[in-house]
Amino acid sequence: MSDAKNRLPQRVLIVIPAYHEEETIREVVQGVHRHVPGATVVVVNDGSTDGTEAAAREAGAVVLTLPFNLGIGAAMQTGYRYADEEGFDIAIQVDGDGQHLPSEIPILLEELGRGTDLAIGARFLGRGDYDPPVLRKLGIRFFSFAVSTLVGRRFHDTTSGFRAANRRVVESFSRYYPYDYPEPEAILILSRAGFAVREVPARIQEREGGRSSITLRKSVYYLLKVFLALAVGRFRAPPD
Amino acid sequence: MNRVQLVSILGSLGLLAMILELIRRGKLAEEYSLLWIATGAVLLLLSLWRGLLDLFAAAVGIFYPPSGLFLVGFIFVLLLILHFSVIVSRLSRQNRELAQDVALLREKLERMTRTDDGKTRGEE
Repeated sequence: MSDAKNRLPQRVLIVIPAYHEEETIREVVQGVHRHVPGATVVVVNDGSTDGTEAAAREAGAVVLTLPFNLGIGAAMQTGYRYADEEGFDIAIQVDGDGQHLPSEIPILLEELGRGTDLAIGARFLGRGDYDPPVLRKLGIRFFSFAVSTLVGRRFHDTTSGFRAANRRVVESFSRYYPYDYPEPEAILILSRAGFAVREVPARIQEREGGRSSITLRKSVYYLLKVFLALAVGRFRAPPD
Repeated sequence: MNRVQLVSILGSLGLLAMILELIRRGKLAEEYSLLWIATGAVLLLLSLWRGLLDLFAAAVGIFYPPSGLFLVGFIFVLLLILHFSVIVSRLSRQNRELAQDVALLREKLERMTRTDDGKTRGEE
C-alpha cells in the first residue's frame, strides 16, 4: 500500500491509549508514523508507572499523562478532547499493545471518505485470521448480538477498539464518552443519535505485549456492566 | 414508659445531637445532612409517640410495634446509601474530568514552555 496517497488534506490525529505498554508503545508509534505520515500521534498515558511515557515521547508522540489510572474509556475521551480542542478533522483509536496494525489505518480513513461517521475495524469479516480464545470469542459474539438487536442492524465486532471518527463524532465524544468498557456502548449511543456507524474488515494481530484488560476474573463484571449499560442506554436521557 | 421506648428515645436524641454537632463544627455539609436530620427526626417522633408507631405497625402488619422502628430506620439507611451512591457517582465523574483537564493543560504548558525556550535561545 503506497503511503503517498495517504497524505490527506485533513488533519488526522491518532489516539493511542496506553497503560503499562513500555514494551510495545515505541513500535506502535513508529509504525503509525510510517504508515500515516503527516498524522499527529498522541499517546494517552493512563497513569502508567513504567517507562510508557518516556518511550512514547522518544518515538515522537505527543503525550497526555493522566495523574492516575482512569480506565480505557476516560483515557480515550482525553484523546477525543485533545482532538476537539486542537481542531483535528479525524481521530483514530489504535491500541498501544500492538494488536492493531498501523498498516490497516488507511482502510478506516477510506471508509470515512465514504460518508461514514465512525468506522470500526472489525475482525471476522474475512480479512485476517485472528482467532481469539473461546471465552473471548463468546463474549465478542454476545455483545455483537446485543448491540445488533438494540440498534437493529448487524454488527460483528462491537468490542473492537480500532476505530476512526470524523469531526462530528470527535465533538460528540469529547462531550460524552462512556467509560469503563466503552466500545459497545459507544456504537449504541452514536447509532441512536443518527450517526453512520459502519464496520470494515480489518486484520487484527495477536497481542505483542501486555495482557488484555479483560481477564477471566473481570469478564463476568464486564458482561454485566456492558449489558446493563446497553439496556439502560436505550432509555437513558441524552447527555447535557 | 417501657425500657425499649426509653432506649429508642435516647438513641434518636443521641443521633440527632451528633448530626447537629457535626454540622455546627462544619464537618457535615448542610446539603448532605438533610436526609440525616430527617432520619433522626422520624425515629425520635416514632419513639416519643407510641400511638403513631402502633398505628404504623398495625398498618404494615408488624406484631411487635418497636420492630417498626427498625423497619423505618432500615428504610432511611437504604435511602442514605442510595443518596451517597449518587454523590459518589457525581464526584467520580468530576474527578475524571479534572484528571483529563490536568493531562490536557500539562501538555499545553509543556508546549508553550518549549516555544518560549525556542524564542529566547533561537532555533536549536
